[in-house]
Amino acid sequence: MSKTLFDKVWDSHVVRNINDGPDVFFIDRHFIHEVTSPVAFLGVKSRNNTVLYPERTFATADHNTPTINQHLPVEDPLSANQLKALEENAAEWGISHWGLGHRNNGIVHVVGPENGITLPGATIVCGDSHTSTHGAFGAIAFGIGTSEVEMVLTTQCIMQPKPKKMRINVNGKLGFGVTSKDVALYIIAKLTTSGATGYFVEYAGDVFENMTMEGRMTVCNLSIEMGARGGMIAPDEKTFEYIKGRTHTPKAAAWDTAMEYWKTLKTEEGAFFDKELTFNASDIEPMITYGTNPGMGMGITNNIPNASDVEGGDATYKKSLGYMEFSEGDSMIGKEVDFVFLGSCTNGRIEDFRAFASIVEGRKKADNITAWLVPGSHIVEDKIKEEGLLDIITEAGFTLREPGCSACLAMNDDKVPSGKLAVSTSNRNFEGRQGPGSRTLLASPLVAAATAVTGVVTDPRTLLK
Amino acid sequence: MAYDKFNILTSSAVPLSIENVDTDQIIPARFLKATERKGFGDNLFRDWRYNPDNSPKRDFVLNDPTYSGKILVGGKNFGSGSSREHAAWAVYDYGFRCVVSSFFADIFRNNCLNIGVLPVQVSTAFSEKIFSAIASDPNTELEINLPEQTITLKSTGESESFDINSYKKDNMLNGFDDIDYLVKMKSEIEDFATTRPF
Repeated sequence: MSKTLFDKVWDSHVVRNINDGPDVFFIDRHFIHEVTSPVAFLGVKSRNNTVLYPERTFATADHNTPTINQHLPVEDPLSANQLKALEENAAEWGISHWGLGHRNNGIVHVVGPENGITLPGATIVCGDSHTSTHGAFGAIAFGIGTSEVEMVLTTQCIMQPKPKKMRINVNGKLGFGVTSKDVALYIIAKLTTSGATGYFVEYAGDVFENMTMEGRMTVCNLSIEMGARGGMIAPDEKTFEYIKGRTHTPKAAAWDTAMEYWKTLKTEEGAFFDKELTFNASDIEPMITYGTNPGMGMGITNNIPNASDVEGGDATYKKSLGYMEFSEGDSMIGKEVDFVFLGSCTNGRIEDFRAFASIVEGRKKADNITAWLVPGSHIVEDKIKEEGLLDIITEAGFTLREPGCSACLAMNDDKVPSGKLAVSTSNRNFEGRQGPGSRTLLASPLVAAATAVTGVVTDPRTLLK
Repeated sequence: MAYDKFNILTSSAVPLSIENVDTDQIIPARFLKATERKGFGDNLFRDWRYNPDNSPKRDFVLNDPTYSGKILVGGKNFGSGSSREHAAWAVYDYGFRCVVSSFFADIFRNNCLNIGVLPVQVSTAFSEKIFSAIASDPNTELEINLPEQTITLKSTGESESFDINSYKKDNMLNGFDDIDYLVKMKSEIEDFATTRPF
């Protein structure tokens, strides 16, 4: 029987199949961070277990780290305590640890690929739902809970029923000013936040084939926002080119052997999908969200739909617009914004900073805007400097912060104050996500840049050369 | 034994008829800074439950003494978003042993099963019946029968069956968890690991 890309990778990692139960599923690579791992390590100890394969786990500090003055001690005692726990647990069990200040430190889903830990055909988990990012390389990657982090530490396996399979095709050529973020927000708006629950997604079609690896990561990253456990894209020359020569990728003969296998990682003709959807690239505009979940998005030139025209409960929809202080029929363009956040595991890569710089070059930050520009890693930060982007953004009145998850989930001091409106390149616009009472509009780095220089929600196509 | 055994639970229920309740609402990120699994129930639905000055919001269901019980009945797509297991811990620590919804997000459902909170998925029609039964009598009881895989509205006797795979069911009935299972097959896993190229 013909197999999908997902079948090939999944089936080759099943240690045991339990009748009317989950598969015992082997994990090649495991990322941990300071927030969802401490209780897992406590579990390892309290049950008198050990870490089975410490060389398969990689620790990085990112979720609650400050994005200024990282050379100084972390002020928040609770955050400092979690960072210390990560460092001590890693040291105790011989796990690689990239703490604050380490050259390789950054957001887990940015540093994994940068350092060649993420590989095609691998299984990758982390106690973080945006682990789906790594699917961009043809890996099966998804988020897990802390109990499962303990399982991986102890046995390198988790227990998962095989999800159903969905293929999402987007064909054609993307329009001017339309980015990978817009493609993802468009699909989520079409499917809603639960439209892919129970499925693992494969993205196919020329839009994804033509996308950079950074763009593919942005798309796969957002798979969880339509409810999918993960999403993946078949590896191709671009993938191999990206990973070749990185610290943890196979070298010499091992590379050749791996390449032989990786080239087989494609969905075969006639393979079965439980669901298949196809969209046209030309229908996609720069997107923006207007509500309190990522499915509440629309083309930036549209007006907020009426409750009667959207799926789901009327009361829930009105509660959401009430929180946002918006009304049905409102236009988003022209709404005054207070904060702009460029960063996160969704849009904290070099390509995102290039996009931002392309708009702010020769312009000035609007006075009413507080902007947080947070690179996803030190490696991204270095590239920003090397490519001269730092000069451009500095000249435009912006400053660059140090790497971390930052205002995406506001566990550190980068909190949007109550009632304030932020245009954010991150992944969630839930109530209070960026700080208690904060209001979030999700959008691409281009929309964020256009808004940052005008002070109001702006269609980037009006500023792009 | 990893957690309490679950067999038959008969209890009144707390209704939360909002759709797409995400785990950031169940427990906001700023309360994830503990390094131990303690006290998360205090911050369950923190920003819906308390004002910024920490006074309770009177109109939120957890602050309404009319409603109580060990069962939380949520709207469609309950537990979406972040994978934080803290959300399931908060539900458990507050005193709930079962969450009922017409649709669950994957990771939240998994996390619940791993810590001994039973997620019971019902049809939209049955979910509506439960909400209206609680609306007309807040003390109305639900019976969750895990061995029989049924959920019953005690007042009317209306009942529906729910799905759970036999492996997880056995775990819940006996208070076992996946780690107990995995540790027993460690040598099989070690053999498998030798076949992995990277």
